[in-house]
Amino acid sequence: MNGLTFDIAHLLAGSLVLVSFMMLYQDRLFALINVFALHAVVLALSVAWQAYIQDAHHLYITAAIALVFKAVVIPVGLHRIIQRLGIHRDIETAVGIGPTMLAGIGLVTLSMVLMLRVTPEADPLAREDLAFALSIILLGLLVMVTRRNAVSQVVGFMSLENGLVLAATGAKGMPLVVEISVAFSILIAFIVIGVFLFRIRERFDSVDVGALDDYRGERR
Amino acid sequence: MTAFSFDAVAAILFIPAGAAAILAALPNYKMTASVNVAASFLTLLAALSLFVTDRPAPGQYLIVDDLNIVFIVLNTFVGFTTSVFSASYIAHELETGRLTAPNLRFYHAMYQIMMFGMNLAFVSNNIGLMWVAVELATLTTVLMVGIYRTHEALEAAWKYFILGSVGIALALFGTILVYMAAQPVVGAGTNAMVWSVLIDKAAHFDPALLSVAFIFLLLGYGTKVGLAPLHAWLPDAHAEGPTPISAVLSGLLLNVALYAVLRFKLLLAASPEAIGPGPLMATMGLTSLIFAAFMLYRRRDIKRLFAYSSIEHMGIIVFAFGMGGPLANFAGLLHMVMHSLTKSAIFFAVGHIAQVKGTQKISEIRGLTESHPGLGWALVIGVVAIAGLPPLGIFMSEFLVVSSTFARYPWLAIPLVFGLLIAFGALLLRLTGLAFGEPRGGTAPVEASYVPMYSHLALVFTAGIYLPAPLVAWFQHVAGILG
Repeated sequence: MNGLTFDIAHLLAGSLVLVSFMMLYQDRLFALINVFALHAVVLALSVAWQAYIQDAHHLYITAAIALVFKAVVIPVGLHRIIQRLGIHRDIETAVGIGPTMLAGIGLVTLSMVLMLRVTPEADPLAREDLAFALSIILLGLLVMVTRRNAVSQVVGFMSLENGLVLAATGAKGMPLVVEISVAFSILIAFIVIGVFLFRIRERFDSVDVGALDDYRGERR
Repeated sequence: MTAFSFDAVAAILFIPAGAAAILAALPNYKMTASVNVAASFLTLLAALSLFVTDRPAPGQYLIVDDLNIVFIVLNTFVGFTTSVFSASYIAHELETGRLTAPNLRFYHAMYQIMMFGMNLAFVSNNIGLMWVAVELATLTTVLMVGIYRTHEALEAAWKYFILGSVGIALALFGTILVYMAAQPVVGAGTNAMVWSVLIDKAAHFDPALLSVAFIFLLLGYGTKVGLAPLHAWLPDAHAEGPTPISAVLSGLLLNVALYAVLRFKLLLAASPEAIGPGPLMATMGLTSLIFAAFMLYRRRDIKRLFAYSSIEHMGIIVFAFGMGGPLANFAGLLHMVMHSLTKSAIFFAVGHIAQVKGTQKISEIRGLTESHPGLGWALVIGVVAIAGLPPLGIFMSEFLVVSSTFARYPWLAIPLVFGLLIAFGALLLRLTGLAFGEPRGGTAPVEASYVPMYSHLALVFTAGIYLPAPLVAWFQHVAGILG
């Protein structure tokens, strides 16, 4: 039984990394958002499973937030924004897909080597969760730096936050303060981003952050 | 007595929070500006009362100790003077139509929420709560940087937001790792995030995990300090937001992040087998100093110039704390206080200068001491102070940093002095153009309030000549705590 619970947790966290990889090669905004919704669903399952095996009922709330808010509300909202802005065209990736995937593999290797080496004494489940979480965080960063479009940067940032939630739930008995704050910060972050998106649209008729570079006060 | 002293802590949190709610509801901008000043003043009084009242025992969420009192008092003081400056600055922005009345309502409410966030970060004993507070302060400043809604302001705010969030995400990961390291020793639950509990037991934590955690925390909070490879948001955010926000960003928000780094540095120092935090911090500090010193030469925007100077000075401070030891820590603390006071004074002057000249371009501002003597000389004194000339306060703290470096790691003093000299040259070069010569640009008289900038400069001047003995004793004590 113990082996099985471990395997399932492992499977879910591993799939989360896999879905992060899927984000790297999406070249359409709608597809990217759908993959993000999938990411959030897997996260919700993973958190719920942690809640079950740790017998920590407050984690079910975190799972529910991930499921309702990140897997449904935000993707639907982003779909609407994209439709309203009329930008459901291809994403201009700043770096090609091949190098991005290779970089992603490198980052995952790095985080595995690092986290597994420094946590030999920790609970095996927690340490693997941490290693996966760091991979997801780094992959989220990679999504953010390889995209030029504001919406896809937002998606990258949210997938990064998913990695943080995975790490926080993997740490046994971590106080509720943090989970709520994580969820809360995502909420605030989304509001802020939403405001930005609309302002950017209002001023530029485009959400391509690259367009902003032309207005720099100072060339370097 | 205990009940009363708890009130002081509650007051520095509830006054800004309550004021924010009131300010959000008040429509009249003149009234909101004065309410903002009044609330900031009350918060300052509450902070000062921390010196005389009994301190509450550290709880699970809040703590007051000798270290954070220094930060809180500095924070509330500069917060108060900035609110005075802000009142006169904002009135002008409203006249020229750059801001509208609803903007201002939002701006003042955000100002108080930001003060709340910063005070909360200082008094929090819980590393999770501290993270939330830093994030809150960051988000409010992001909104304020973007308040002009110009292309540049939006770009700056977006960049600040993205880099700030990434930094803060890394810091949260570091915080989770600290919890993971603490949990086997302290036991699961809130206690494993309480700083005063952690510091007692840090010696038993897994050193490898703690070391990795510190690297994430240093990178994460270091982004907010503006350390060199991670500083990209800082000049833009300073240049494009309203000038009062530039003043609080440089004078206060950078300190908040620095304070977080220091708290975790103490934790690491308590664990003998973990990596030494000092060399990492010293390296990042020196890199920032030298990088920013060279960048100072190519600035064409006056606010960007002083933003790079902030990176330079945060570099010096982080370097001093990284070296450690009583003398270097003392120098670092003194330098932090002096830099906050001087840099905010400079931004007060720069704010009015940019308003009367109608530009932030250095090449279009000339001969300020002739056209606007009050502002011009404030800028001269401020820049002379920030460049580190005697007899002002920054000279003394820089001298202490350099001499303690010479005493302990002489070869590190070479790049340090080199960086200081490069920055010195750049600042004086720009200053002669700005302050002297044939006046150029607008000559409209200013309706500036000179009190905030000159009171800061007077303090810096006094500190350069004479530091009161109790203050020295207090700083020495805090420097001792910092190890």
